[in-house]
Amino acid sequence: MIVAPDASAIRVTKLVKSFGPDRRIADGLDLAVARGEAVSIIGANGAGKSTLLRLLVGLVPPDDGEVHLLGAPVTRLKGRALAASRARVGFVFQKHNLVSRLSALSNVLHGVQARRAGPRTWHQALARREDREEAMACLDAVGLADLARQRVDSLSGGQSQRVAVARMLMQRPELVLADEPDASLDPRAGAEVMGLLARLSREKGLTLVFVSHHMAHAVAFADRVVGLAGGRVALDERAATSDPDRLAAFFDEPPPAPGDAVSASLPLQRIGAAS
Amino acid sequence: MSLATSPTTRRPPERFERPGALRFLLYAGLVAFVVWGFSGSGLSAEKLVRGLPSLGSMLERMFRPSLDRIDRILESLLVTFQMAIAGCALGLVLSLPLAILATDGLSPHPVVRGLARGLIAFFRTVPDLVWALVFVIAVGLGPAAGVLAIMVDTIGFAGRFFAEAMEETDKGPREALSAMGARRMGVIFSAVVPDAMPSFVATSLFCLEKATRSSVVLGLVGAGGIGVELKVAFDLFDYDTAATIILVVFALVVLVEQAGAVLRRRII
Ligand SMILES: Nc1ncnc2c1ncn2[C@@H]1O[C@H](COP(=O)(O)OP(=O)(O)OP(=O)(O)O)[C@@H](O)[C@H]1O
Ligand SMILES: [Mg+2]
Repeated sequence: MIVAPDASAIRVTKLVKSFGPDRRIADGLDLAVARGEAVSIIGANGAGKSTLLRLLVGLVPPDDGEVHLLGAPVTRLKGRALAASRARVGFVFQKHNLVSRLSALSNVLHGVQARRAGPRTWHQALARREDREEAMACLDAVGLADLARQRVDSLSGGQSQRVAVARMLMQRPELVLADEPDASLDPRAGAEVMGLLARLSREKGLTLVFVSHHMAHAVAFADRVVGLAGGRVALDERAATSDPDRLAAFFDEPPPAPGDAVSASLPLQRIGAAS
Repeated sequence: MSLATSPTTRRPPERFERPGALRFLLYAGLVAFVVWGFSGSGLSAEKLVRGLPSLGSMLERMFRPSLDRIDRILESLLVTFQMAIAGCALGLVLSLPLAILATDGLSPHPVVRGLARGLIAFFRTVPDLVWALVFVIAVGLGPAAGVLAIMVDTIGFAGRFFAEAMEETDKGPREALSAMGARRMGVIFSAVVPDAMPSFVATSLFCLEKATRSSVVLGLVGAGGIGVELKVAFDLFDYDTAATIILVVFALVVLVEQAGAVLRRRII
């Protein structure tokens, strides 16, 4: 394992990214997240939250600036070295992104590909005994051990998202990035998944960064709330002293930096506090 | 005063657009193209009329299919079907790696992808009869040449459809696996292949149907199977035997197609 030169799990410096001249997603963005911290990211539709998470793991290359992830300079890595860095980061997507025709157990087992390759990581039927057992334990941790054999396309949205969390656990990550894991779920299932992510991260001492449009979740499941607007961090406060209703006002404010094409061209949506 | 809008302000568009000069030329060219095609065919009403009696006498003699050589015919029909199965199986197994190399986003390099696509297209565009001729020269008369011809033909067909099926798979699971640092092979065999599986099965069944049909014809150039019998029967003006052969071939092809349709419906 690479020894980190600093204590931060994520260090983003002067990050710049645009999709075309009118779409500046990051405009000299700086952000640091300490190890073990839980951070929620809020911001209007199109503010660049998803893109930021993708930039963090090198799924999208930046135009300028640097990203250090658990001490590794992600923006300068390629191929195997990049894969090794990604392996330490669990990613949970809004759309669970599971392989729908495979069983829950097979999907969870795929998490082992973060540290090992080969046919025995492709399907539960081929897997090593200890991997199957670990995958089962991960499913159990999200309360779905009974559904191990079920095909994922026969599960509900909330169950699928929990399988995705189990796959992330199987990866044994040090850092968890979650992009609106609560978005396509009903209020109760959404809160359950968020609670599960936050609890598991805390228990295992993982760093957690999640995006949510539910202000109540952003406050309840994080230590710190970060708001993105105009390609920069426009809000950064302790969750303990924050308040969902006041956070909603963040979406009313005009973008802070002038000449900010992204936010200016998109109507800021007022997003009500979550139930 | 009136609520009705003045009829001149918003006239509906013409029902048909008047063709421009260029479009008119295009249509005229198309007609000329088809006429030109017929000019080379030597097809004429006179020829058809003159051909009718001989066709009639052949059909008349075919009317009572002969069962004299039925066991020999069934035996070579079986060999034909075996050829189809073996050629198809070999072709399908080789199609998958080639299709992966030909798939956008899975291929290791654009140059490799181009080469793989080119090879698949070449296999597909050269007709199976030509492949059969080539393999008869390479491995001699008999079913082995037929199997190889069907194999190459199957790669040309399945390679293309496998690649298309994989290109159309859900990008989400692929991205999820890449995001955790999975290798290319891992992404392909844990996310892409399972997702494309129904399409793979449907394509494979089509390949078997296609292979069954072409395995009949391949015998005509000596690549084994029932085609040889058919050619001999025609050469000896033994039309009643030919009729039997055509009927059993028809039965086999229909059987395979029906079975394929049932299986496809089950799987998809
Ligand atoms: N690959 C891409 N190519 C071009 N434009 C992109 C691409 N990915 C994102 N964008 C654009 O970047 C902007 C930010 O998108 P992003 O998905 O990061 O926003 P977001 O904050 O996650 O929004 P939401 O709240 O709707 O999820 C959008 O205008 C989007 O259209
Ligand atoms: Mg998003």
